[in-house]
Amino acid sequence: MTQKNNQNRNMVLKLVVIVIGMFGFGFALVPLYDVFCDITGINGKTRNSAAAYEAVEIDESREITVEFITRTNTGMPWEFRAETKRVKVHPGELNTVSFYVRNPASGNIVAQAIPSVSPGLAALYLNKTECFCFNQQPLSAGQEAYMPMQFYVDPQLPEDIHYFTVQYTLYDVTARADDLDTQANPFMTQQPESGK
Amino acid sequence: MSKATDVMTPDDAAHGHDEHHDHHIPKGITRWLFTTNHKDIGTLYLWFAFIMFLVGGAMAMVIRAELFQPGLQIVDPNFFNQMTTVHGLIMVFGAVMPAFTGLANWLVPMMIGAPDMALPRMNNWSFWILPFAFLILLSSLFVEGGGPAFGWTFYAPLSTTYSGDSTALFVFSVHIMGISSIMGAINVIVTIFNMRAPGMTWMKMPLFVWTWLITAFLLIAVMPVLAGAVTMVLTDKFFGTSFFDAAGGGDPVMFQHIFWFFGHPEVYIMILPAFGIISHIVPTFARKRLFGYASMVYATASIALLSFIVWAHHMFTTGMPLFAEMFFMFATMLISVPTGVKVFNWVATMWRGSLSFEVPMLFAIAFIVLFTIGGLSGLMLAITPVDFQYHDTYFVVAHFHYVLVTGAIFSIMAAVYYWLPKWTGKMFDVTLAKWHFWCSLISVNLLFFPMHFVGLAGMPRRIPDYSLQFADFNQWISIGGFAFGLSQFIFLALLIKACKKEGEPVSDQVWEGAEGLEWEIPSPAPYHTFETPPVVK
Ligand code: HEM
Ligand SMILES: [Cu+2]
Repeated sequence: MTQKNNQNRNMVLKLVVIVIGMFGFGFALVPLYDVFCDITGINGKTRNSAAAYEAVEIDESREITVEFITRTNTGMPWEFRAETKRVKVHPGELNTVSFYVRNPASGNIVAQAIPSVSPGLAALYLNKTECFCFNQQPLSAGQEAYMPMQFYVDPQLPEDIHYFTVQYTLYDVTARADDLDTQANPFMTQQPESGK
Repeated sequence: MSKATDVMTPDDAAHGHDEHHDHHIPKGITRWLFTTNHKDIGTLYLWFAFIMFLVGGAMAMVIRAELFQPGLQIVDPNFFNQMTTVHGLIMVFGAVMPAFTGLANWLVPMMIGAPDMALPRMNNWSFWILPFAFLILLSSLFVEGGGPAFGWTFYAPLSTTYSGDSTALFVFSVHIMGISSIMGAINVIVTIFNMRAPGMTWMKMPLFVWTWLITAFLLIAVMPVLAGAVTMVLTDKFFGTSFFDAAGGGDPVMFQHIFWFFGHPEVYIMILPAFGIISHIVPTFARKRLFGYASMVYATASIALLSFIVWAHHMFTTGMPLFAEMFFMFATMLISVPTGVKVFNWVATMWRGSLSFEVPMLFAIAFIVLFTIGGLSGLMLAITPVDFQYHDTYFVVAHFHYVLVTGAIFSIMAAVYYWLPKWTGKMFDVTLAKWHFWCSLISVNLLFFPMHFVGLAGMPRRIPDYSLQFADFNQWISIGGFAFGLSQFIFLALLIKACKKEGEPVSDQVWEGAEGLEWEIPSPAPYHTFETPPVVK
């Protein structure tokens, strides 16, 4: 009987190890997911640090249409629009587009923009040399700003992609913002209106 | 209940000596609280599952009452959402899974010739934490702001950003349910590995034991992932992490990947034991050996393995790249091959058998036909381009109720009718059972079949209102729903009579064609069986 008990205990231990392992695996899926999407670019996420613009050869033979859409998350009061809705670019060519934001609320708000590219596979070939989405963007009440985004399309972009869309969603991240100093917004065009 | 052994008919007297064992059964509530007997615990699980079935069913009645007419009339939309959410959670985790665990407790030791489960004390724990899990879940409905209303799939950000404080209760109760089923699964695996009677080789094991063994492995593989998912929801909601929050660098679509990595194997957890049950009942009433025993084992194992690579068929519309859509489409279709093998084997078993249609067989045949309908609608949903139309409509609701109600639940009812006489020693009330079967069969189809039509026509799921064109069908569906709900009271009456040990005594074999160790012990099955292991030839 005791032999049987030992046998049972060993088996239970092994199974418990599997259970703990699978619990860990659930969490491991989080970095795995990020790495997987980074390599394959399948979820339309772009890199969130600046790419260097090395002398890339400009491919005059191809013309790609890049469309910009903006959206604010529920509960985010900012006005947010793309100054340029659509541009035609040659792969390899450096372009700058601009986005307008205004904080109509009566308090300071810090925003974070999250880009998403569709079709997702194009995300890997969108190289941003400068983007407001790399940092959190603070604005105090009534302030407005024009935020630039500079990019080029990698000439390696698959042949069958002629058109892609970049969507920016603005989230209110005031609660967890690193930097509440609204004066620090480098793109700000206007001082807060007095009396507000 | 304590009077049970007093009444003894002449037939019964033959087994009288076995009832000597019964006199040291503890009496009263402490018997049930502290029991480590696999039969007692099986009974507890089964009654618990049945009560949860009625509670979850009452919520379905609220849903169907609201949908009886277009427009909002009975409950407000937030409460409606709580009903669909809690109905789903209760039926999955409170009714179907505990019922299968209860059957495993009763049957696995008897089928492999073991005196009890391998870990009887853990068995007691794994049952007794369950009622608390569901008390917590149900109490969340009374919290200010209401209970969980984000669907049983608790997609982020519905469950993280847009949910109430009761989410903490939801998470806690899912944790307890998970721990309970993991303990149950560990117990089943250890029992099957270490407690088989001499001579009971792997390929002699009854199919219910096989299917449960594979189910138990699925459980310990995916329940921890579910626990991880609810934990991430909890920390996202209350502790400022952003696993699923895009603003903080997370990704809400990742929630769906993690959830369905659990979720698809979970649906097989709810159907594999059913396959085992049907594979016992069909041969008995066809009076033939099961056709293709080995292929049944391999089919079950391959379904279980494949179930890990198809999860994204629930996510076709999330904007996956084409090759992923294709991969998950074909992998999903591949699963219907081993499933088809099983249906083929059951039909081949019946072919030229001398069939008789006792109540368990009626349920088993209904299972085969109706589960196949659910499998076929699943196949339609697996076709990526058409899923864009069907996704999140009543067509999906029709699909999973065919596989779960007329599949899993019908198999549980079939199992109860099949083994109940062995448990009580008395034949159940056959007239009531037939009423139960025919009322359920007709009403369940009235309830779920028209859902295919309204789904194809575009009626979305989880919405308390709908456009006028769906009104007629929805009335029929609701009538079917009420009738199905009422039919279950026939079952309740029958079970109460059976527990009072009313009815004709049965022989040890109970059914003429039944084979297996559990039919060689006396009826009713004595409190302790196989204390000296039988030898299997
Ligand atoms: C032939 C086998 C099957 C195939 C091909 C299949 C396929 C599918 C597909 C593609 C979906 C997603 C539909 C959508 O949301 O657009 C789905 C949903 C579902 N299936 Fe199946 N299925 C099969 C068998 C089963 C079985 C055996 C069960 C359970 C016992 C099951 C339970 C479910 C559930 C619960 C859902 C809905 C989950 C939800 O969104 O709430 N399926 N099925
Ligand atoms: Cu699935």
